[in-house]
Amino acid sequence: MSVAEARAERSLLSRVMIGVLSLLAVGGCVVTLAAFAYGRNAAQQAYDRLLVGAARDIAESIDIIDASPVADIPVSAFGLLALAVEDRISYAVRDAEGVLLTGYSEARPPAHGAQPGREPLYFDAPMQGEAARYVTILRRFSERDYSGRVSITVGQTLRARNAMALEITRGALLVTGLGGLALILGAFLVIRSAMRPLERLADQLLARDPYDLTPMAEDGPAEVAVTVRALNRFMARLDRQVGSMKHLISDTAHQLRTPVAAIRAQAELALEDDTDQLPQRLERLLRRTRSLGNLLDQMLSRALVIHRTDNAPPETVDLRDIALLVIEQRDHEVLAPGAEVELVIGETPVQVLGDEVSLCEAVKNMLGNALRHGKSPVRLGVSATGAMAEIWVEDAGEGPPADLLARIGGRFERSAASRGNSAGLGLSIVRAVAEAFGGQLNMGRGEAGFRVTLALPEQGTSMSTGDTA
Amino acid sequence: MNWAPLRRAFLALSLSLSLATPLRAQEAVARFVGAGLGAGPGSVRELLVRSTTDLAILAPALEAFVALNPALALTYEQWGSNALYDVSLAGCQGQGASADVVFSSGVHQMVDLVNRACASPYASPVTEALAPARRWRDELWGITHEPAVIIYNTALVPAAEAPRTRFGLLDLMRRPNSPYRGKIATYDIESSGLGYLFSFMDSLEATTFGGLLEGFARTEAVATCCSNEIIEGVAEGRYLIAYNVLGSYVAAVHGPNIGVIQPEDYTFFLSRAFMIPKGAAQKDGAAALLEFLLSPGGQAILAQSSLVQRLDGDVSSLSESAQRPIAIDPKLLIAMDQHRRQRFVAQWRATFGTSLRTGP
Repeated sequence: MSVAEARAERSLLSRVMIGVLSLLAVGGCVVTLAAFAYGRNAAQQAYDRLLVGAARDIAESIDIIDASPVADIPVSAFGLLALAVEDRISYAVRDAEGVLLTGYSEARPPAHGAQPGREPLYFDAPMQGEAARYVTILRRFSERDYSGRVSITVGQTLRARNAMALEITRGALLVTGLGGLALILGAFLVIRSAMRPLERLADQLLARDPYDLTPMAEDGPAEVAVTVRALNRFMARLDRQVGSMKHLISDTAHQLRTPVAAIRAQAELALEDDTDQLPQRLERLLRRTRSLGNLLDQMLSRALVIHRTDNAPPETVDLRDIALLVIEQRDHEVLAPGAEVELVIGETPVQVLGDEVSLCEAVKNMLGNALRHGKSPVRLGVSATGAMAEIWVEDAGEGPPADLLARIGGRFERSAASRGNSAGLGLSIVRAVAEAFGGQLNMGRGEAGFRVTLALPEQGTSMSTGDTA
Repeated sequence: MNWAPLRRAFLALSLSLSLATPLRAQEAVARFVGAGLGAGPGSVRELLVRSTTDLAILAPALEAFVALNPALALTYEQWGSNALYDVSLAGCQGQGASADVVFSSGVHQMVDLVNRACASPYASPVTEALAPARRWRDELWGITHEPAVIIYNTALVPAAEAPRTRFGLLDLMRRPNSPYRGKIATYDIESSGLGYLFSFMDSLEATTFGGLLEGFARTEAVATCCSNEIIEGVAEGRYLIAYNVLGSYVAAVHGPNIGVIQPEDYTFFLSRAFMIPKGAAQKDGAAALLEFLLSPGGQAILAQSSLVQRLDGDVSSLSESAQRPIAIDPKLLIAMDQHRRQRFVAQWRATFGTSLRTGP
């Protein structure tokens, strides 16, 4: 466990938290602006109503006395305005010509712009240097001695409005702020609890013996389970490979011990025996050595197959190509010079999912066995039967005895080596390849002789069912 | 509280009771200088206070103030309320020098001045401790607490007849062949801002006001300008009863035969309003004076001068609901409205008619 790992763990949590906090901060800004706009609007509406209420009170109080409008402003009008305790008040009552009747001369609608009509006219204008809000309404008189309209303007500074807007904003912000804090706390807890399986996985991995390749429990949320499954797969492969390696080494040791002992014995005999026995001894020694060479080839080939089946990703392979490759490499001519190998393949591709190299090794071994132990003629064929694609080797012989057939193809066929041949080992390679790609190894006597078949699931669109043999 | 050290301190009090020039309508001018005269004249700041309050009543408080603030020399000008309003408004509009403090009993006029943005704001824990009805916008503060009372001559009015309420006064005035004919005095609302305010508030407060006007007319009441004139008249027996007199002035006269009644139907309490004009040169000095007047020490001196009259159980039986403080708030602007004022004065005149006599 290093500091860097610990930091990496922390950074995932903190990264998510930073994301959440940024989102909340943006949201908070939006809410603040919205709350302020809303607060201002609400305060504006509330106090505009007071203004227009006061203006209507004043308008109601106007009478025509001696051909002139006279206001008898009720206390209630100013009582309404005084609800905004800290605000200064301005008002003016003007006749049709715009002459000030009572009030403050400053309070008048702007000379240019909208003029009051049926609806109250609201406008903003300074009141002795302080920002203020005004409303102007009209009252029309049609009396015998006065006809025309009287305008009533009422204004008020903005302290109460601003205070109310601020208060609404502050209230909203308080609630939002508390909510935000709760969200942050909640997010922290949720994220931490969501990350706990990851932490647990990390802890398990850290606590694990590096040589322990047993699978881990695949519990926890789906994402973690996937990771664990992948890890388990990886570890299983590693385990398998290590196992294979161990087997290979022990097999090799076992397999090599007997031939090497035999070679040593022959060599010792050659030294001790009479000179006239020497050519015979050397002949035996040579046979033993050649047999050992074959054995080593097959072991290498098996090691190669084991390596590739675990490492090379399977790809689509045409079995006919495999058969052709094996024939073209002409290895069999070394094994059995002069022997004829007949190739039986059709027109349509016979595709399987596999590894070309491994399949070639398998087929070579099958062919080698037939050439070595069977009778001519030997035939190599490819056919498709339903769902299975087959590549087979057939010779005209009887095949091995039944008891040997039962044991053959196992991993560890000591007797094969002790007898100086390697058919068992070769078949074990074929079987390993078959199993690696989901197929099987079949052996049996047919009408034409003994046939060894490597059957693999057919792949691709080839619908060929015809046996070209 | 022991004020002896202050008394011992050198106090320069120069009274120029002679009426000043007609242009400047102040009624009296006085200068208060603390003990710090040793300091050069350059370090003494001049504070100009314009007020409607009688100099004699306010002097103890001002003396105490300059004794505490030796760096301030205080010039006190006593004005009539209407003149004070006019000169302050003119000062606000840039015509003429502004005072550093305006302190008036014409509270509606002061509210109007503040409403016209003539005041300079000031806030401190002391001012913020004031009741909401005694301050407005941190620009106007109610300093005093004075009742509007009915006074009568105890020698000439039988105690049983002394009106405890306005209804009692009405009954007195309605008697046929009333001995009070021509012997009842009140403020002339046109020449006294305070008188106008009281009458106007009466007209808003109760329906008795119409009856009172009618009674005044019937008994040929005297409307006169000034508190002192009314109180002295009652003390001397020229008037038997005076209506709506400021209680603080009555207490200052200390006439032996003046009875004071806080009407039991309702009694107005006036809080003189203190304002620092926006054109004040000595805003710090003005604020210091405000702080002093509102401080416990200042309020104690004002109480001795009867400018702050707390109700002490036995002095008055006035119920809570009968106490009507005149709140310093924008509603007082109604009293300043031209149309309402014209209507009110017209009603006053129409009711009194030619029978209204103005005092000497």
